[in-house]
Amino acid sequence: MRITMENIYKAFGANQVLTGVDFELLDGEVHALMGENGAGKSTMMNVLTGLHARDKGIITIDGKETYFKNPKEAEQCGITFIHQELNIWPDMTVLENLFIGKELKNSFGLLKIAEMKALAKKQFDRLAVSIPLDKEAGNCSVGEQQMIEIAKALMTEAKVIIMDEPTAALTEREISKLFDVISSLKKAGVSIVYISHRMEEIFAICDRITVMRDGKTVDTKAIPETNFDEVVRKMVGRELTDRFPNRNPNLGEIVLQVKGLTKKGQFEDVNFSVRAGEIVGVSGLMGAGRTEIMRAIFGLGGFDHGEIWLKGKKVTIKTPDQAVKAGIGFITEDRKDEGLILDFSIRDNMVLPTLYSFAPKGIINEKSETDFVTMLIKRLTVKTESPDIAVGKLSGGNQQKVVIAKWVGIGPKLLILDEPTRGVDVGAKREIYDLMNELTDRGVAIIMVSSELPEVLGMSDRILVVHEGKINGELSKEAATQEKIMTLATGGQ
Amino acid sequence: MNSINAVTKPKTNMMNAITQKLGPLLGLIILIIIVSILNPSFLEPLNILNLLRQVAINALIAFGMTFVILTGGIDLSVGAILALSSALTAGMMVSGIDPILAILIGCILGGLMGMVNGLFITKGKMAPFIATLATMTIFRGLTLVYTGGNPITGLGDNYLFQLFGRGYFLGIPVPAVTMILTFVVLFIILHKTPFGRKTYAIGGNEKAALISGIKVPKVKVMIYSLSGMLAALAGAILTSRLNSAQPTAGTSYELDAIAAVVLGGTSLSGGKGRIFGTLIGALIIGTLNNGLNLLGVSSFYQMVVKGIVILIAVLLDRKK
Repeated sequence: MRITMENIYKAFGANQVLTGVDFELLDGEVHALMGENGAGKSTMMNVLTGLHARDKGIITIDGKETYFKNPKEAEQCGITFIHQELNIWPDMTVLENLFIGKELKNSFGLLKIAEMKALAKKQFDRLAVSIPLDKEAGNCSVGEQQMIEIAKALMTEAKVIIMDEPTAALTEREISKLFDVISSLKKAGVSIVYISHRMEEIFAICDRITVMRDGKTVDTKAIPETNFDEVVRKMVGRELTDRFPNRNPNLGEIVLQVKGLTKKGQFEDVNFSVRAGEIVGVSGLMGAGRTEIMRAIFGLGGFDHGEIWLKGKKVTIKTPDQAVKAGIGFITEDRKDEGLILDFSIRDNMVLPTLYSFAPKGIINEKSETDFVTMLIKRLTVKTESPDIAVGKLSGGNQQKVVIAKWVGIGPKLLILDEPTRGVDVGAKREIYDLMNELTDRGVAIIMVSSELPEVLGMSDRILVVHEGKINGELSKEAATQEKIMTLATGGQ
Repeated sequence: MNSINAVTKPKTNMMNAITQKLGPLLGLIILIIIVSILNPSFLEPLNILNLLRQVAINALIAFGMTFVILTGGIDLSVGAILALSSALTAGMMVSGIDPILAILIGCILGGLMGMVNGLFITKGKMAPFIATLATMTIFRGLTLVYTGGNPITGLGDNYLFQLFGRGYFLGIPVPAVTMILTFVVLFIILHKTPFGRKTYAIGGNEKAALISGIKVPKVKVMIYSLSGMLAALAGAILTSRLNSAQPTAGTSYELDAIAAVVLGGTSLSGGKGRIFGTLIGALIIGTLNNGLNLLGVSSFYQMVVKGIVILIAVLLDRKK
């Protein structure tokens, strides 16, 4: 299927989101779509699939002008959009999810379960995945859920699949499986629009790339004819000197020491320490127990035995409030679910851990609260007109800055960052890295859990690799390479 | 999608904020205008004072319910707590304990009953609806056990006690004064203290609140205790007005309280709402009751009208 979009305009109220976008998708190509958050990538795809009506412009499909009224129409025509937020019904089985709204029924209106199972199995075989069909979808890993969505798309005989950040929550292993699927789809003549922030992936699997900025298409190029630097330059519209800032760590005393931390079935005999001013990267496959260890340190989920020492003193942390009181901040991997109250203003979110400091006599002093919030917004360069805007309205990068600001506000001794730049665009990523540097310069100890190897290598002073709940190895900044980390992460030495 | 979210329209936001703030008040004013056109005697001072006295009991319960609903919870046991604490208070008075002391102890007992709710909900990890449904039945049953199903009378002629439900202070009925004082205190707690912010935060996103270091279980237990205590305070007013404790007192009061909170614009899913709205919501229900009585509408029809008004109010709220 060949799609062209010419000179597309789209505004929401006074906000002009697309200002003359051009896009072309060829038969059987994997076409990357890149751009900072808010550049208009998703909007463009939503215009294509009929979720939003265009204001102006021409869309043709196989040479014929076509405008879909809604995504369902687009799907019937063979264009499926797999959104970043997966459409999974967590309490229903995998099979029910696969056929939701498209159940096969016999003439009595009863479900033809055997037939559906056979069909589902065929799709899963094609994708080389083996997820039990009667498993509850909510118990599947994000990678499995992603595969369910892809299988769903294939069952509608999709000729074009649009994937928005498909690898954001996948492990390395799942990513390589996804790539295999993509190349087999390509061979079968399916075209794929691949929206992602991850440069390495795009250069690994895509044929062409279109870069968007501020609602316009900046350029379209064949992958072999371009490189990382050019793409980044076009995305941000300015020279980005480096993806990672230089680090000159000045290590101080040991801030956190974890001794023999064990929780049955999750992690075992975890020992490590972090010094003031140090960034310790924690790598490992998803599900290896990285997040569980961090949550245990922060008083979430608990542990069976082991000790946590802070600045040379043994501490008992059973609940998050004790962790906060001890000076630990935790930026969780799920910003929307655990980091922020999306309906609340930037101000109300930022002051949550520090409420009492504004109310020495019981009543909140709104003036000092406003000063504090204004200072944090400035220091973390959160882009907003006012501190009273709901955080849900901010871009991913700005939301993440609000979460970090919350914890900067407590004057932390230790910050745990779990996937600090997930869903954050290149420009904002760099700002977050700079901020981590600034914090360590002031003596904060940082633990950074990340699935992005370049980030782990670029920012860590020391790297711990977790495999099946155990720390399988430690690498110094100098010694670490992607290969070494992956070897340790998969159980090798 | 991000690009849509990035759209901010301060003007419409402000308009929304204003209609959200003033919507219930506007509704109350319209209602008052309609009722007073249909029957001008509605506006007579005596009637207004009477209305305020009638509203006080529901308003006090609804204030507590506002905190509960803001956390995303619900408290179905308030009517039963009112009955049980009233019976216990009356029992203490009959046995010769100073009436004011008895009321105080009654309020503390009400608070403890609320605390039981809070503990089941937090430590027992039960859904608030289920936990308070069960305790509602238990408290109601205990009331019947304690009273033997008969009213408790012979509460003596203590002046302060009689004043509490029937008296006037500077020409205003004492229950109304109690209601306004309680409102002011709770307004300050909800909007000006860390406790209030935490209440909203828990309803907005409980997980995020917990991770921000808020002691979610403790705050919740305190809120259910507050709800119980306010129900007991309302019970004391009722006991004074009736000069007796009725075993079936407060039946379905929880529903009127929830109605007042919802009419006041507080979202049942938590995190959004205001206690001022609840005060207005209670006044709307009071005005309806009072107005329909003045207009001679039968109490059967009154229920129908009340239900319709709630439906319309919530529909209008959805439209915004």
